[in-house]
Amino acid sequence: MLGTLIIVFREVIEAGLVVGIVLAVTRGLPGRGWWVSLGILAGVIGASIVAAFAGAISNAFEGSGQELLNAGILLVAVLMLMWHNAWMASHGREMAAELKAVGRSISTGERPPVALAVVVGVAVLREGSEIVLFLYGIVAAGTSAASMLLGGVLGLALGAVVAALGYFGLAAIPTRYIFRVTTGLISLLAAGLAAQAMQFLTQAGTVDVLGDQVWDTSGILEENSMVGRVLHTLVGYMDRPTELQILAYVTTLVLMVLLMWIAGSGHRKGHEAGKPGSVQAA
Amino acid sequence: MRIFAGLLLACLSFWSVGAHAEDASVSIAIKNNKFEPEELHVPARQKVVIHVDNQDATPEEFESSSLKVEKIVPGGTKGIVRIGPLVPGRYSFFGDFHQDSANGVVIAE
Repeated sequence: MLGTLIIVFREVIEAGLVVGIVLAVTRGLPGRGWWVSLGILAGVIGASIVAAFAGAISNAFEGSGQELLNAGILLVAVLMLMWHNAWMASHGREMAAELKAVGRSISTGERPPVALAVVVGVAVLREGSEIVLFLYGIVAAGTSAASMLLGGVLGLALGAVVAALGYFGLAAIPTRYIFRVTTGLISLLAAGLAAQAMQFLTQAGTVDVLGDQVWDTSGILEENSMVGRVLHTLVGYMDRPTELQILAYVTTLVLMVLLMWIAGSGHRKGHEAGKPGSVQAA
Repeated sequence: MRIFAGLLLACLSFWSVGAHAEDASVSIAIKNNKFEPEELHVPARQKVVIHVDNQDATPEEFESSSLKVEKIVPGGTKGIVRIGPLVPGRYSFFGDFHQDSANGVVIAE
């Protein structure tokens, strides 16, 4: 049972942290619970579909279908996180000032929680399909299925605890810093996901450049350990990154900053034109 | 969003380098949650394709941190794992779903 619990818990950590971060980031947004739940639900359904067709997916694209699917959904998550941060850069200040303003812009069609709901769905989908396959394997094997399934359920529950820890940890940050902290977290999360996507593209044989390992810190902190996995999700820690992964990581961060700067400055201009005299800090 | 993901996948597949003809190729089976053989000898400094034949009814994930791969192989199916080019040495791998029994090592020489 313990073995099952550990395996399931390991897979759930990443999704759990993402859910926790998203809940903290969307604090105060109307309907966010609904969006996050929808993301989780869609992720679980997607995971079950991916698990059911795992064989067919694996054999697609000359046997690289699984890797390409993983890379694809990771890159979708990166784009969604960029969109979210850009949106926050242009609207975040109003939000902090007046939550109702955000309520209005959401009902008029700009919906940042959609982006984050997709991120949640993708995180659950990716880790979830492995859990579904793993638990299916236990049931198929038959022996002591009940106690192992219990382990699986407990592992899932621990994942929810991780989500809660992430959420309350972030919620404890004073409101005036929370915007900067979550923007930073989302940026690092996106950079880490982009780097991970590159590894899948390399594994698929799709990308064949910059594959050399830059460093090996597995002796200090294994990426597969619990702490390694948490850091891997939060800041994109890698114990053996390739040149391509470092490049993707840095590029994502630079793009993120550029995008937020453009979104923020466009908004400032509009704002200043509309309301002369109102000064917005960069 | 699904359309978007599909487009992304389609774009990625166009990049795909078709020719893997000159890559070395080795086979490994999974039986009773164990790898067979548990030692894979592969040529160093060149790409290698590992054909993983999961003969169990249960799924397994072929995973290795040092080889930088993770690949799920459902029960009763075959999967392809691409590795290398490797510098000579030993690279351990394991079955993520049965880590107590499914262990092996790639020896690049």
